[in-house]
Amino acid sequence: MAGSKEIRTKIKSVENTRKITKAMEMVAASKMRKAQDRMRASRPYAEKIRNVAAHLSLAHSEYKHPFLLKRDNVKNVGIIVVSSDKGLCGGLNTNVLRLTVNQMKTWESEGKKLSVSAIGNKGYTFMNRVGANVKSHITGLGDVPHLDKLIGTIKVMLDAYTAGEIDQLHICYTKFINTMKQEPVIEQLLPLTAERLGTHPTTEKSEALSASAVVKSALEIGAAKGHWDYIYEPEAKPVIDQLMVRYIESLVYNAVSENMASEQSSRMVAMKSASDNAKNVIGELKLVYNKARQAAITKEISEIVGGAAAVA
Amino acid sequence: MANTVHIDVVSAEASIFSGEAEFVVAPASAGEVGIYPNHAPMITTIKPGALRIKQANEAEETLIFISGGLLEVQPGVVTVLADTAVRGHDLDEAKAIAAKEAAEEALKNRTSDIDYATAQAELSEAVAQIQTIERLRKKTH
Repeated sequence: MAGSKEIRTKIKSVENTRKITKAMEMVAASKMRKAQDRMRASRPYAEKIRNVAAHLSLAHSEYKHPFLLKRDNVKNVGIIVVSSDKGLCGGLNTNVLRLTVNQMKTWESEGKKLSVSAIGNKGYTFMNRVGANVKSHITGLGDVPHLDKLIGTIKVMLDAYTAGEIDQLHICYTKFINTMKQEPVIEQLLPLTAERLGTHPTTEKSEALSASAVVKSALEIGAAKGHWDYIYEPEAKPVIDQLMVRYIESLVYNAVSENMASEQSSRMVAMKSASDNAKNVIGELKLVYNKARQAAITKEISEIVGGAAAVA
Repeated sequence: MANTVHIDVVSAEASIFSGEAEFVVAPASAGEVGIYPNHAPMITTIKPGALRIKQANEAEETLIFISGGLLEVQPGVVTVLADTAVRGHDLDEAKAIAAKEAAEEALKNRTSDIDYATAQAELSEAVAQIQTIERLRKKTH
């Protein structure tokens, strides 16, 4: 019976691994649904605040917020990297980090200085390891993204932008397309571009259409009244300041919630294939085990028969 | 209906209320504001407080507590962008400082140049691993 005990132990261990991956798969599946719901729940706010920001950029205000002004000479670039806190989710973090590093390399070769803000543990440890200039970070967000936790991290970057330490701010995250497909993307946050205000890339077509309809209606109102503007209370500056900060925060929040949905679905797929692999390995091992067992039985019988023949 | 205004109350994490209203009272930072349909375009910050919405076919007013945010008024649409967290300039500042300090602490004992070679080596290794696993998987099937 040489080796059969070892094979049994091995089968047991693979079975245990399979139990874990199967459980993780199911947990990820249920978390994914919740994450997707949250992602959808954050859309109305993003859409509404974009509309308001679009109205504002159309309104003839005497105060132009620095976030709306394009800077000609871009020397310093800020980048927010959104990654997951935990691993075991396929190539999710690797893909997003690879895209970021490639982009960073291009910027650096153009002579731009970089500063990084990391959301999520994987990106943070990676950026630290490779020696990027990490200005701020937040890890341990859990399964539910709370804006509360992101505020500080975002504010560091926004303050840097206002102070002129960075001239552009980008965000890199994994966009959730569907359960099987997630895509790493880099989007420009600051200065706010016209496309950003018009049609947001993360919203669906119907939403984008309704948004542009609202903008159009605002335009029509504007056209009908000639120069129009909001009544600002108490004053234009604090209101616009707050609005712009909230807008950027909502964009980052959106990216984080998309990233979380991507993380869970990516993990679900990774764990499913791990479970399938374990199943195959178990099948193969069982075959080997049975062969060994049969060989041992045959050997024993032939020994008995041989023994009996010798006695007779 | 000309005598109602559409109102949306949304926060970054959820949509809170959406409907037609005859009259809305909001706790603006400069004092409470009442909004009837066809109000002039207005935008204002709001303080923590109760938002009162008088819906078209209901006698009772709907009360929603909000912890601050922004209010935008267009002639036919009122949008309340509610904050999910309790906000304040000092609180935000404190959070930013905490985030900055944590980052600076981590920066102290490191070289400042980005080692792209290491970064790419590390990433390509990870990619290679994933590709290998995928190829292996295809083979076994």
